[in-house]
Amino acid sequence: MFAAFTFPPIDELFRWKDIAFNDSGYGINKTSLLVFISSALILLIFIGGSRKMKLIPSGVQNVLELTYDFVDRGITRDVIGNDATRYTPFLGSLFLFILFLNFWEIIPGIQFPPTSRFAIPLFLSLMVYVLYWFLGFKHNGIKYLTGHLFPAGVPKALYLLVTPIELVQILVVRPFSLAVRLLANMMAGHILLTALALLTSYTLTNAPIITIGPFLLNIGVTGFELLVGFLQAYIFTLLTAVYIADSLHPEH
Amino acid sequence: MHDVLVAAQQAGELKAGLQSIGAGIAYGAAAIGPGIGIGIVVGNAITAMARQPEMAGQVRTTMFLGIAFTEALALFGFVLFFLAKS
Repeated sequence: MFAAFTFPPIDELFRWKDIAFNDSGYGINKTSLLVFISSALILLIFIGGSRKMKLIPSGVQNVLELTYDFVDRGITRDVIGNDATRYTPFLGSLFLFILFLNFWEIIPGIQFPPTSRFAIPLFLSLMVYVLYWFLGFKHNGIKYLTGHLFPAGVPKALYLLVTPIELVQILVVRPFSLAVRLLANMMAGHILLTALALLTSYTLTNAPIITIGPFLLNIGVTGFELLVGFLQAYIFTLLTAVYIADSLHPEH
Repeated sequence: MHDVLVAAQQAGELKAGLQSIGAGIAYGAAAIGPGIGIGIVVGNAITAMARQPEMAGQVRTTMFLGIAFTEALALFGFVLFFLAKS
């Protein structure tokens, strides 16, 4: 009979051992190393690519302008408004940072998305959380809060129901769902890819005839994860823009 | 004494098994609503794009927003799956 197929415990997939500064609380493991590498890569590409800018772009500059244009036109202008281009640098760096972190999931040899550890999505979403509260109070004062808690046009008696729901919504659900959406998507993708890879190697030793099935599926899912990684970065940035727009003009 | 140990062991296994079943049911149930919801969102977005192709860009952005909000519930279920299992 075949040897039993066992899936490793979930910790083995996500918890990496420290490789430097062990046990000091500032230990560096695969996750944080990938974060540093991604930031360095983005800085390198953007500073290097924009060093000798030409009026008619070519090569790297073309790609950079395309990326900036995508965030500026597709997210900032579309969601916040035409006068809000000063938020594009923030949204653009957010988008690129998440995009690079997500794409480590399908780079051969690395194959681990740092965004599947809760600390990173949580930190990013807390940053957005602080930002939209700050912008809301700066632009609308206390009306930002009251406008949310007591929406106009609702019968007075319904405030009993609406106000607590809205309070929980803007205090807890918004940042939490923003973080969990990114985390759960990348985590699910990583588990799926691991399961298919293990299944391929298992069938290779035990039932070579059907190995081609999980193998092809693995390749297909890798392509799908490329899409998911991009889409999640896009959605995170899009929702950030929506929350900022809501802080700037809360009436609609 | 030995009987007690075996009973305790069996209770532990029973607990782990029930936890796994509960986690499975929780995720399965959490996926029903969002599945239907995303279907409705995307279906209506396609209808809108087919009727007014010139609005396709705006419809697509709004569609992704709708998907993101609907999908969040299923993902809460996914996280709950791991919380309930451990």
